[in-house]
Amino acid sequence: MSALIESKALTKHFKIGRNQIVHAVDDVSLAIEDKEIVGLVGESGSGKSTFGKTLLGLHRKTAGEVYFEGEQLPDIYKPADFQRYAQRIQMIFQDPYSSLNPRMTVGEIIGEGLRLRGDSEGAAIREAVAVWLERVGLERGHMSRYPHEFSGGQRQRVGVARALIMQPKFVVCDEPISALDVSVQAQIVRLLGELKDSLGLTMLFIAHDLSMVRYVSDRIAVMYMGAVVELGPADDVYFEPKHPYTQILIASNPRPDPRSERNRKSVAITGEISSPLNIGSGCRFANRCPHVMEVCRADTPGLILRDCGGSPREVACHLYEPIAGPN
Amino acid sequence: MSMAPSSANDPAVLEVTDLHVEFDTYGGIVKAVRGASFNVRRGKTLAIVGESGCGKSVTVQSVMGLIPMPPGRITKGTALLDGVDIVRRKVIDGKDIRGNRIGMIFQDPMSSLNPTMRIGDQIAETLHVHRGYSKADAFKRAVELLALTNIREAEKRAKQYPFSFSGGMLQRAMIAMAIACEPDLLIADEPSTALDVTIQAQILDLLKELQERNNMAIILITHDLAVVARMADDVVVMYAGEIVEKGSVDDIFYRSAHPYTLGLRAAMPSESRHVESGLQPIEGSPPDTFNPPPGCSYFARCPNAMRLCERNPPPRFEVSPHHYSNCWLHEPGAPKDVDGLYFAEQP
Ligand SMILES: Nc1ncnc2c1ncn2[C@@H]1O[C@H](COP(=O)(O)OP(=O)(O)OP(=O)(O)O)[C@@H](O)[C@H]1O
Ligand SMILES: Nc1ncnc2c1ncn2[C@@H]1O[C@H](COP(=O)(O)OP(=O)(O)OP(=O)(O)O)[C@@H](O)[C@H]1O
Ligand SMILES: [Mg+2]
Ligand SMILES: [Mg+2]
Repeated sequence: MSALIESKALTKHFKIGRNQIVHAVDDVSLAIEDKEIVGLVGESGSGKSTFGKTLLGLHRKTAGEVYFEGEQLPDIYKPADFQRYAQRIQMIFQDPYSSLNPRMTVGEIIGEGLRLRGDSEGAAIREAVAVWLERVGLERGHMSRYPHEFSGGQRQRVGVARALIMQPKFVVCDEPISALDVSVQAQIVRLLGELKDSLGLTMLFIAHDLSMVRYVSDRIAVMYMGAVVELGPADDVYFEPKHPYTQILIASNPRPDPRSERNRKSVAITGEISSPLNIGSGCRFANRCPHVMEVCRADTPGLILRDCGGSPREVACHLYEPIAGPN
Repeated sequence: MSMAPSSANDPAVLEVTDLHVEFDTYGGIVKAVRGASFNVRRGKTLAIVGESGCGKSVTVQSVMGLIPMPPGRITKGTALLDGVDIVRRKVIDGKDIRGNRIGMIFQDPMSSLNPTMRIGDQIAETLHVHRGYSKADAFKRAVELLALTNIREAEKRAKQYPFSFSGGMLQRAMIAMAIACEPDLLIADEPSTALDVTIQAQILDLLKELQERNNMAIILITHDLAVVARMADDVVVMYAGEIVEKGSVDDIFYRSAHPYTLGLRAAMPSESRHVESGLQPIEGSPPDTFNPPPGCSYFARCPNAMRLCERNPPPRFEVSPHHYSNCWLHEPGAPKDVDGLYFAEQP
């Protein structure tokens, strides 16, 4: 198998104020195979959206490289590059409202990519738009409406249709179902599965709903403060999380059951919590980690295959011994 | 007097009765809300759930006086805040109720935050305007509020603009703004869609704590049934602009009395290793909002539909005390062999 898209030591820092730097994404290397869906979860503010956008050249990289189909993507995108890649790479944005032009009808918004590509007639574009509206559970008749005339979840689906109508090879889906009720979520998830089978669609699926991510993904990557701390097959990560942060995350996943939720203990976080504005040495989770050891504060654990008992896992944690790789 | 638990009779902060809301659009009139009635009790949480586009946000926007008119119209109904109808007035005792007595967390953070103003200043402004804080005190309090919602290094973050916040950080900034004035009623429209589960849990705990301290009532709109399970006392289930089931949180989860509620529960992802179960979308699509069907709105998708349902709108049946379902299956003569559906115990 070969990677469709791969980041190598991708880093994105934002400068704020005079000498403040936000370490939004630090040294993330991730290879996504052809037709693979990688779920990306992690704390709010941990850099998921920034990673997705930097991967696609929507933010200028601070350092690192991105390869798509073996070819290095440009450091600085020119308009022609966007044109060229838009056919194969798309993004579904986290904030559906500010990413939709309020002065265009939804039909114009969804059809714009096809129009810019310039190989279809107006009538064909309208028909394609109608089909995609229905595929995401909206109505043909919605074409003439403006974004503000939709509900939150309807707008989110407009964003999904706009990206997928291009039949891209790779999509970064940033919280694509977060505003949808469970039934419509199930419908969109089924649609994504069909596209994976029919078009070989490959995806980075950013979401916070772990039970849904597990359904959708082949592998799950867990991010904490700019770094991927665990990576493995979806069910393994979900049922046998290894990194202490992943363990807390999975254990905090609420259940749709009032009796058990009423008895759930609150999860107070104790200790001085570091932030991406203030990255010390050592493991970034050390201050919150229930298993913290001396070494964790001194030495940053790498995301490498480690012996976790059972099958090895890529996990950035000193609790587990590295497995010497073939190289 | 009924023998229902006394809690269900607690005084209501907000009483919404027979609310109807429409919008003029290019294609015709969208009937977004059709006859919604519910109460929100002091110190309690009412959750509103339902399919995307069913009218949840429009319902609470009407209460907040936020429906743009035109193209919107509240054609009928009242919303009494402590007995005063606020659908038609925004000021009580010389004070704007918005931001003051009622706090609102919007579904779209960016639609309510000013992109050209520092986050801390926006929160401070509410405190300055509604609570008379001095500028300096208001900013200090804004920083505290951001820290309460788990924004790290709140002091530095307060000086940033919205574009440099992540989706979940924006959501938390808006929560900080909504609770700044310690409102009597907090309306939270999908407040945790961008939060990971650990931060979500802390935010929900924070809201509960405020609720207990100030006897604050909460209307919580969420599609996340786990959040409903954790937070709600009462639940309203909406479908295509109407309320189809209403009851206590246990009624809705353990004694679902409407086929749509059952369908929602079946769509949840399963937690077992075998992923074949669960995640079943409800087949079909919601009815045309321009021409709602004459009978039950759920007729076309209902696995248990009867002939009667097509043309006749179902009345409201009280299946147990304070637990209501608008479904013909509860008619005494109707078949009762529906898997998983709760029926009133026959005397
Ligand atoms: N344009 C920007 N300018 C400055 N800082 C930014 C910018 N965009 C993001 N950041 C910062 O980068 C960090 C990561 O943000 P990002 O949006 O990637 O998080 P996220 O994991 O997507 O979070 P969420 O789940 O809340 O959406 C945050 O600290 C955020 O404040
Ligand atoms: N300004 C408007 N003009 C026309 N139609 C509107 C307008 N605002 C909302 N609608 C329509 O009213 C209906 C109810 O919308 P509402 O926003 O209340 O849905 P919702 O239940 O909050 O959905 P979601 O879960 O997706 O946020 C939808 O069909 C929507 O398209
Ligand atoms: Mg994000
Ligand atoms: Mg809504």
